[in-house]
Amino acid sequence: MSLTESTLRVALYEGPGTRALSQETRFETLKQLLSQGCSVRRAADPGDVSVWIGDWAGDFEEQGEAAAHTCISVAPEHLPEAVEASRKSVAAAPAGQWKPWFPVIDYDRCTNCMQCLSFCLFGVYGVDGDRKLQVQNQDNCKTNCPACSRVCPEAAILFPKYKAGPINGDVVSDADLQREKMKVDISALLGGDVYSLLRERTAKAQSRFSKERDADKALAERQKCLTKLAALSADIPPEVLASLPSPDEIARRAAEAAAKAQAALAPKD
Amino acid sequence: MAHPRILYCHCQYAQVLPKEVKEEVLKKLCASGVDFEAVADLCELSARRDPLLKELSEGGPLKIAACFPRAVKWLFAAAGAPLDASNTQVTNLRVEHVEPAFAALLDPSLSPNLPAVATTTPSHVAH
Repeated sequence: MSLTESTLRVALYEGPGTRALSQETRFETLKQLLSQGCSVRRAADPGDVSVWIGDWAGDFEEQGEAAAHTCISVAPEHLPEAVEASRKSVAAAPAGQWKPWFPVIDYDRCTNCMQCLSFCLFGVYGVDGDRKLQVQNQDNCKTNCPACSRVCPEAAILFPKYKAGPINGDVVSDADLQREKMKVDISALLGGDVYSLLRERTAKAQSRFSKERDADKALAERQKCLTKLAALSADIPPEVLASLPSPDEIARRAAEAAAKAQAALAPKD
Repeated sequence: MAHPRILYCHCQYAQVLPKEVKEEVLKKLCASGVDFEAVADLCELSARRDPLLKELSEGGPLKIAACFPRAVKWLFAAAGAPLDASNTQVTNLRVEHVEPAFAALLDPSLSPNLPAVATTTPSHVAH
């Protein structure tokens, strides 16, 4: 997925040459534009925004200042299609073509300990030229999985769309930090390899369910078990657990991540 | 003194902002006649490193209606558009009610509220 394009920027224009919009039309037009992923300037002066949307009076859109811009009518029967045409003509980002789930690092808190980099099997994290942790492949992140932020001992990893604090960006309390530390300690007690543990438990459950004769009962039991496992393993969604790679692949990726983290933490020459 | 610019985030791709709050605030902004910028989803602009964020962060006093100030701060930073803590006020639509949220946006005075430093002491500072 390419994230190189910008969003389509438009101006909701009500200056000379247009009829003033009713409050209702202004609101509904804005909502429509936002639902199409646009960034909208609502201002007397559209500035350097090149796509203007308004209730055009006469042939104003074909003369004067407006002629230098793409002018679109607010008429609801034309607006969505005209916006899409404009988006294509300026090569702006298509609506909804991005993943609204990715980690954001709070560098006021991050200690560059690399626990997240070691933990994530999906290569979301990396380091920059100064060996500072950064999010490098946000598209690799598994939707609704906040596990790396649970592993972070400093509560420095945010997922702004998460339901609860401090992962959603809410203030970090001392109690939150104690909880984070406890979770890291638990993973260490389990042998330090959370993924192996999860894989093992999933494999055991699969083996047990394969022997079940009643398919419905087996399914219900499996769902119950996955729900429990997800609760035990720091909110990891069942679909992420179910899609974990083979033990060998987990071992390979974990070793790769650990090597990256180790290299980042090694003394500089 | 010019009114601080206003940025409104519609959080289009998740249900984390209560629908009635975000829509009422948008409706009131539309009715007020003030100038403002509205974006479908601030997270998307951050992910795309959209140049609009840099324009906003470098353009002087700014009021943002979105989510938690800590999240907003680091979303801008992740896009290479760090906010000026002394010139930015975030209204959190995840927790605020409509009236105070709208009043905060329309108030010409600015009460900066970005976390300037960690709100609890990270261990690398404590030890």
